[in-house]
Amino acid sequence: MIQLKGIHRTFQVGDQEVHALNEINLNVSPGEYLSIMGPSGSGKSTLLNLLGLLDRPTSGTYLLNNQDVTVLSDFEQAKTRRNKIGFVFQFFQLLPRLTAQENVELPMMLDGIAPNERSQRATEVLDAMGLSDRRHHRPDQLSGGQRQRVAIARATIMEPAILLADEPTGNLDSKSGLDVIKILEQLNNKGLTLIIVTHDPEIGVRAKRHIHMIDGKIVESRTDTIAETKDSLPS
Amino acid sequence: MLTRDFIHLASSSILSQRLRASLTILGIAIGIMAVVLLTSIGEGIHRFVLSEFTQFGSSIIGINPGKATTHGTSVGIFGTERPLTIDDAEALRRIPYTLSVVSLVQGNAEVEADKRQRRTTVYGVSPDFPAAFSLEVGIGKFLPKDNPQAPRAFAVLGSKLRSELFGSENPLGKKIRIGGARYRVIGSMESKGQVLGFDLDDTIYIPTNRALEMFNRDSLMEIDLVYEEGAPEKEVVEHIKRILQARHGREDFTITTQQQMLDVLGSVLNVLTFSVAALGSISLLVGGVGIFSIMTIAVQERTPEVGLLGALGAQRKQILGLFLSEAVILAAIGGLAGLVLGIGGAQLLHLLIPALPVHTPWSYVLLAEAIAVILGLVAGVMPAMRAARMDPVEALRSE
Ligand SMILES: Nc1ncnc2c1ncn2[C@@H]1O[C@H](COP(=O)(O)OP(=O)(O)OP(=O)(O)O)[C@@H](O)[C@H]1O
Ligand SMILES: [Mg+2]
Repeated sequence: MIQLKGIHRTFQVGDQEVHALNEINLNVSPGEYLSIMGPSGSGKSTLLNLLGLLDRPTSGTYLLNNQDVTVLSDFEQAKTRRNKIGFVFQFFQLLPRLTAQENVELPMMLDGIAPNERSQRATEVLDAMGLSDRRHHRPDQLSGGQRQRVAIARATIMEPAILLADEPTGNLDSKSGLDVIKILEQLNNKGLTLIIVTHDPEIGVRAKRHIHMIDGKIVESRTDTIAETKDSLPS
Repeated sequence: MLTRDFIHLASSSILSQRLRASLTILGIAIGIMAVVLLTSIGEGIHRFVLSEFTQFGSSIIGINPGKATTHGTSVGIFGTERPLTIDDAEALRRIPYTLSVVSLVQGNAEVEADKRQRRTTVYGVSPDFPAAFSLEVGIGKFLPKDNPQAPRAFAVLGSKLRSELFGSENPLGKKIRIGGARYRVIGSMESKGQVLGFDLDDTIYIPTNRALEMFNRDSLMEIDLVYEEGAPEKEVVEHIKRILQARHGREDFTITTQQQMLDVLGSVLNVLTFSVAALGSISLLVGGVGIFSIMTIAVQERTPEVGLLGALGAQRKQILGLFLSEAVILAAIGGLAGLVLGIGGAQLLHLLIPALPVHTPWSYVLLAEAIAVILGLVAGVMPAMRAARMDPVEALRSE
């Protein structure tokens, strides 16, 4: 589903060139569960943004479902993001002035979906996240774990194929962090392709495939061979 | 994205910053209020002056001696113009549609009654004067239809002059002296009050011919011709020209129709209304700057939100629309508040100073609200463009 070939991403800082991504080659199949680890500044977030079409590579090709997406217009990229990709961030990025449900409805608003359908779908997803009684709370009335679950509900409401999570537990205590990871893994079990960037090795090892990055390069890509108790369903 | 969602999202951010939003709205409201209030006063004065002018009806044509240039100054310096005479006025009576013809001479003179005397305005007029200018005779009669060349020495008092000279006494039949000459009072007018600053009550009316003699003039000051409402004005004017040209041998007179006067007056008054509106617009401009700065700050503060919207797949146009909606909603609310304040203020002013006429036409109200909305668009477009052009990755990193 995802094919990266010879991806480079450089940033110009003053007259210095920062090589954030350096010759990245990566294939991801539908339904995979990937963790990306590595020291700070190694290019993890840059890679994730690129995968999510928020950024364009300086060179190299990115095929998404066999289509070269680096040549898409801003308009088409935004459309792809809306329908195929979900983002989860370390700092949740909920709009503070909207209720949990309104935050979840935001992608559907952008898509022009009618209010009735929106509210029905948002209710279902929030129920599934165990947040039925928090629907009309604002983010500042929710705990960190609850906020992240609202953010996950928002990221998945459009039923994307890929979920990109950049340190989703980075701002949570270990208990609620684990809850959040379990929810993401459940979604992965239903066929969602899951890519998690994390600093926490305990979370990193839970994925079936680990990628280690240093200085913009993938230095290690390892797939667990241990027999799984639950097989992920290929979608 | 649905329009109601744009409005919903924009209002939610306005509501989350109530104090800041109220101040911005106040800025616009004061601007719109100033515009509405000032134009209401301007328009009120406009209408007041026009109604003063048209209270005698709009089918009056004035004829003055001397040929006026376009600037209205007489070219009498050539000294060859012939005087406008009572015979000229009488000759105009045969023009079709003509209701009355008034010959007019005016001056000041001392009026002496038995006990009191007073200096006042003397009008030498023909007998159809009250009919032409819809004035009412209070007691007695107006000047009779004598031979215009040899009228009897009768006088009619304005109501104020009557009370000044005779108090509550009946003035009818009393002998008075005007400028030394003897007259008999045969009537007194109803009170008319001030018209355009002229006191029509502190006056006395005598036959035209006698006024000419009294003031030692050979020419009338003006002839006023009243024609039937709805009659073809052009035709009447042509008739007047033809008759007077035949009598004088040349065009040494000036014809002013009521319509011309109204046109000139109207354009002067329009300038007045426009200038006060321009004055109000300055405060509106300040309100616009308020929206611009508040939106610039909002975009700055909500940079991560712009990044998030990008990550959720918002189009640049949608981000532009969201911030523009905010600016427009602020401006529209400010506009409405300004309209309420402006119209309310105008009415209040009218209550406090009844002499000051105010009028707020609906077209101005709609125009003012439209201006507010456009102002919001113009002030909001730059900050909104900045938000729409942001790189989502940069925007997300900025937290
Ligand atoms: N917009 C930018 N301009 C300049 N340099 C940038 C920009 N974005 C990223 N970089 C640089 O690219 C490199 C990789 O950054 P990135 O954010 O991907 O690291 P990361 O692995 O996510 O680090 P962390 O674990 O701290 O989040 C860093 O050296 C960073 O300074
Ligand atoms: Mg990072």
